Amino acid sequence: MTQPLPSGARTGRYRLALLALALLLPLCLLLGAGLGAYPIPPLEIPGILLRGEGVEYQVLTALRFPRVLGAAAVGALLALAGAVLQGLFRNPLVDPGLIGVTSGAALGAAVSLVLLPGVALLAAYTLHLFAFLGGLLATWLLWRVARTPLGTQVTVLLLAGIALNALVGALLGVAVFLADDQQLRSLTFWTLGGFSEVTWGFLFPALPLGLLSSLLLLPLARPLNALALGEREAFHLGVDPERLKRRAILGSALGVGTAVALAGGVGFIGLVAPHLFRLLAGPDHRFLLPGAALLGASLAVVADLLARTLVAPAEMPVGVLTALIGGPFFLYLVLRYKREVYRA
Amino acid sequence: MLEARGLGYRLGERWLLRGVDLRVAPGEFWAILGPNGSGKTTLLRLLAGDLRPTEGEVALLGVPLSAYSPEGLARRRAVLSQFRELTFPFTAYEVAFLGRLPHLQGRREGPEDHGKVREALERARALPLQGRVFLTLSGGEAMRVETARLLAQQPELFLLDEPTNHLDPRYTLELLALFRALATSGKGVVAVLHDLNLAALYADRLLLKEGRPLALGTPEEVLRPELLEEAYQVPFRVLGGPKGPRLVLALPAEVVGDG
Repeated sequence: MTQPLPSGARTGRYRLALLALALLLPLCLLLGAGLGAYPIPPLEIPGILLRGEGVEYQVLTALRFPRVLGAAAVGALLALAGAVLQGLFRNPLVDPGLIGVTSGAALGAAVSLVLLPGVALLAAYTLHLFAFLGGLLATWLLWRVARTPLGTQVTVLLLAGIALNALVGALLGVAVFLADDQQLRSLTFWTLGGFSEVTWGFLFPALPLGLLSSLLLLPLARPLNALALGEREAFHLGVDPERLKRRAILGSALGVGTAVALAGGVGFIGLVAPHLFRLLAGPDHRFLLPGAALLGASLAVVADLLARTLVAPAEMPVGVLTALIGGPFFLYLVLRYKREVYRA
Repeated sequence: MLEARGLGYRLGERWLLRGVDLRVAPGEFWAILGPNGSGKTTLLRLLAGDLRPTEGEVALLGVPLSAYSPEGLARRRAVLSQFRELTFPFTAYEVAFLGRLPHLQGRREGPEDHGKVREALERARALPLQGRVFLTLSGGEAMRVETARLLAQQPELFLLDEPTNHLDPRYTLELLALFRALATSGKGVVAVLHDLNLAALYADRLLLKEGRPLALGTPEEVLRPELLEEAYQVPFRVLGGPKGPRLVLALPAEVVGDG
């Protein structure tokens, strides 16, 4: 199945993959900033920025940059959380949505749009704040359910997550039933996801939250490697499994909550990016975590670029696009898994 | 080096084991024997610090297990468990390297860590496997890589849960000889074993139990037919003699009657 490699350490291959991805991201950012309804040649962007004036400068700094950087941040946060959660649940088919953040955030958004349309908590930030808090609340609830005297049970967390998703689906149905046409449209577009509303004003408060999430998650690489052997074996190697779980779930909930509050339900990046990195280089979390984040950022920027340009002058919701590409890819992963495990 | 006093573990109303005392000195290879369900694995998990005893205490190098941090414990004892699963396609080398983890707290890995992993792979005769994906290894190959991981961990105490399960005779003897050599060089080894004769060949001290301890001592003291019959509820016979190794064999009652 896999041919023997000359050395089992594979460090060279990991480093090369990281380097390639670190070069890919600025390329994607330049393309994303340049192309669109008002095209700007990507190679001229540094010159325009240095000049600091003109229409092109305005378009770049007021519209394109917050959008492209927002997409990159959302993609990176989703992919990082996805990589960590796949390691934590020791299941490569885990999506960050499984810890309840996404559905909690959707419910939060629905509550703010439909039930409390008049409430202007922090003005323009209401919807995003509700989505963020809804996501954290849902994860906290699942965490409480999964607590047992024998430690936090990851399987219980997953099962409770499925129950929560079903319940949230029903409650969203109630919100849809209660909503008027305008609210319905806003809610639908929010759940489909997109970066068109990302401005500096949203990006700045999201930045510290995203950084905090990364600071919580990136140092978990070594313990996650040990966890691949099993929870007990990780303990034998000096890992405190409860501390690892707490920190991984908190960091992921923060990251995904921030991402969802910024861009709504952009799916599949958190699932696909870690996979692509494992195919490119390997599963070592020390390289996988930063690698998946870089790759997720690039994927989100490219997805946003396609969403803006494919059906121009109209714009496709990014969530639709990522699902269109991510869905078949997920099916491919399942088929691969089937082949490997059941030899069929 | 490892000391257990009045160890007991209760799950609900049932005592899985009770009244276990043992004292492993450096240089000793201990074998824990007993019928299925006699709490051998539970005892090993208590000694490893996975489980907290309901009564009694375990101390490693004079310090109670509960006083250790997980990393501190991992620098002093390594565990080979029966249960092997791996989620992602790590290579054999990457799995063996995990043994260095407790020694890497707050620092980057250096060439000396990789040197130690290579040395461990060499000693466990797993060096040619290092580039293979762990999940594609056979049972015997995987066990050699796991052994290398334990060696890379450089502990004082090795705890082994039925290490020879699924191994053919050659790997079984190689593996036990390796841990025998480690014990002789001053480490402590405690292994749960099913094969009484292998235990007699490689271990200094045997603990025979069925919930409560039945006998504790040298192979000659413990592997006596009347004790074994009490533990396993089948007749036993001693084979071999003063010249060759002394072997014990479980036999069906009718065969014993004929002899």
